[in-house]
Amino acid sequence: MKTFHIGGVHPAENKLSAGSPIREAALPKQAVFSMFQHIGAPAKPVVQKGDVVKVGTLLAEAGGFVSAPVYSSVSGKVNKIDAVLDASGTRRMAVIIDVEGDDWEESIDRSKDLVRLSDRPELDAKTIVEKIKNAGIVGLGGATFPCHVKLTPPPGCKAECVIINAVECEPYLTADHRLMLEHPDEILVGVDLIMKAVGVTKGYVGIENNKPDAIKLMTEKSKDYPNIEIVPLKVKYPQGGEKQLIDAVVGRQVPAPPAIPINVGAVVQNVGTAFAIYEAVMKNKPLIDRIITVTGKSVKNPSNLLARLGTSFQQLIDECGGVPEDTGKIIGGGPMMGKALLSLEVPMTKGSSGLLLMNEKEARRSEPQPCIRCAKCVGACPMGLEPFLLSKVSAMEEWEIAEKNDIVSCIECGSCQFTCPSKRPLLDMIRVGKTTVMGIIRSRASKN
Amino acid sequence: MNLIFIAVIVLGVIGLVSALVLFIISNKFAVHEDPRIAQVSEVLPQANCGGCGYPGCSGFAAACVKAADAGSLEGKLCPVGGQPVMEQVAGILGLAAVASAPKIAVVRCNGTCENRPRNAKFEGAQSCRVQQMTGLGETACGYGCLGCGDCVKKCQFDALKMDPVTGLPVVDEEKCTACGACSKACPRGIIEIRLKGPKGRRVVVLCNNKDKGALANKACKASCIGCGKCVKTCEKFEAITLENNLAYIDAEKCKMCRKCEEACPKGAIHAFNFPPRKPKAEESTIQNPQNQNVEPSKAE
Repeated sequence: MKTFHIGGVHPAENKLSAGSPIREAALPKQAVFSMFQHIGAPAKPVVQKGDVVKVGTLLAEAGGFVSAPVYSSVSGKVNKIDAVLDASGTRRMAVIIDVEGDDWEESIDRSKDLVRLSDRPELDAKTIVEKIKNAGIVGLGGATFPCHVKLTPPPGCKAECVIINAVECEPYLTADHRLMLEHPDEILVGVDLIMKAVGVTKGYVGIENNKPDAIKLMTEKSKDYPNIEIVPLKVKYPQGGEKQLIDAVVGRQVPAPPAIPINVGAVVQNVGTAFAIYEAVMKNKPLIDRIITVTGKSVKNPSNLLARLGTSFQQLIDECGGVPEDTGKIIGGGPMMGKALLSLEVPMTKGSSGLLLMNEKEARRSEPQPCIRCAKCVGACPMGLEPFLLSKVSAMEEWEIAEKNDIVSCIECGSCQFTCPSKRPLLDMIRVGKTTVMGIIRSRASKN
Repeated sequence: MNLIFIAVIVLGVIGLVSALVLFIISNKFAVHEDPRIAQVSEVLPQANCGGCGYPGCSGFAAACVKAADAGSLEGKLCPVGGQPVMEQVAGILGLAAVASAPKIAVVRCNGTCENRPRNAKFEGAQSCRVQQMTGLGETACGYGCLGCGDCVKKCQFDALKMDPVTGLPVVDEEKCTACGACSKACPRGIIEIRLKGPKGRRVVVLCNNKDKGALANKACKASCIGCGKCVKTCEKFEAITLENNLAYIDAEKCKMCRKCEEACPKGAIHAFNFPPRKPKAEESTIQNPQNQNVEPSKAE
């Protein structure tokens, strides 16, 4: 069975909520829409205090090319525009709306009927990308990179295939798994749309083989789409990394930065993004909701919720039985790459794929011990880097050595820290080094 | 026997010839370094801290000699050695030393465990730079001290210590040389290199919080809320400015009247090294002879 070739680890899967069907979360009383829900320039608010909005009303326009607009997921009145604490742990600009009723914009088609690409022959590549851009769709796997940017290859690059990331390699998370089981047809139309948008005739959907039911269902449904191939993959973290997935599915290696996947002819999108693209293009529905997994060993009712963006995490947890008493840490995202939350009064954003409640025992980090030079981290690094060295030179502030050793290639997957028998905080230091070195590279580029 | 003789003579001749060649070459290609650089270097503290802005003490010595050739030592200061060392340097270079006021590192945060409640626990690598990447950190203040001691690790002079009770770094006034290493190490820019002031007396806003008043107030009992009361009390000297909800006292303009300290409703302004205040009736007699002539008169 296929998988990527360098490094990787296999953490306990703990897919507790895999059997729990997607259910709709209740409407929040107050919704908070951060202007920083994507990578790139922040969105610019176009509403003012007191404005009345509907579900699907534009709240903020894109702040640049690498940016995305934000739409309201609720109807009501704009309470204020202010800096609030978000999942990143900092206070940033957001539009806060007091919810009244559930009034949708009329342009959104709320029917459940499936619309195939063959039903809408007038759609050309440019229109599709334009619709995706206007719907505010970003990569829903967690990286939140604006979708239309990836679908607009830079000059000199040509896409050859589309790869859909349905591996869901993070332990605990099951949002993509449930989406595939419940909306396979919509996803395949979405893949078709992405293929049309970038002008390729080959699409792959990579699924890890810990989801046999999803592989079976998708293979069956994809019989109608001869250009789309379902690729079962061996379970290994971080297979959902863009570069790892390209290696696993088509066996191509993306060179070190500044090279990007399009340089090897691949366009990678998340399966959730494919679904959102279907809804945006065929149903005119901007990105206003997403599926989020609320899980944890002590959670009463681990679930997959279809929740409106801007709902507070507190409310989502309450719907799954509340915060258990023994909770030690709550993580926004998966256990490997997610970030611990400072408060539960934080709104869910486009990138919120999961909420993981760890109990006191799981949450505690062990006391770091001296490095024993076992090189396990080197073996685990999916980018072929030397994490022990990068961590050390970052702590010593030897930025030149860090840069020479490709610190910017680090994808921050945390495999090194996970595998370290001395429990050293390797990634913590590498992140500092990576950010600093990237800053140095940027300032050097701007001088030249 | 003969063989040994020959060997000794041959080796001796080779040695002599080589020595001669080396002598000629070293004379021919000698790099002439200004002897004053070595002399200046000798009187410098050799801490190589970089506090002067040059790469190490020899770099500073070269810069001093160059500046002396241009005519003045202005702007050149070894923060570690201070005025005495600069006078020695000036003596070697045959110039008058430019007087400079001594400075000191000031930790502009009073978010002690008592003043600033911890509402999260940081377990990552014990480094302020790492904690800074988590956002607000352990408290609700996104500007205050993170408490992992990056500044303490950077201090070469043993002048900074973490106070286990308050969780804040404490500057040893005797040992601090104002080299600025701690200030550069702090990811939140809390530590300011500031004029030490006459007799070490100085008035400082011990807060770095730029949030709006309500948020700052909620995060810490000792935060500056940007109310501007201190600015009003200092209208005459215009030493205090308010920017981004944070007051700042310009050490150059401050006359040390300590009125702002009294006016601050949050106790964010601190006066260092002043004698204890006298009872209320005699309060306006200022205990600082150096500044008496410029104190606001009692009649006002």
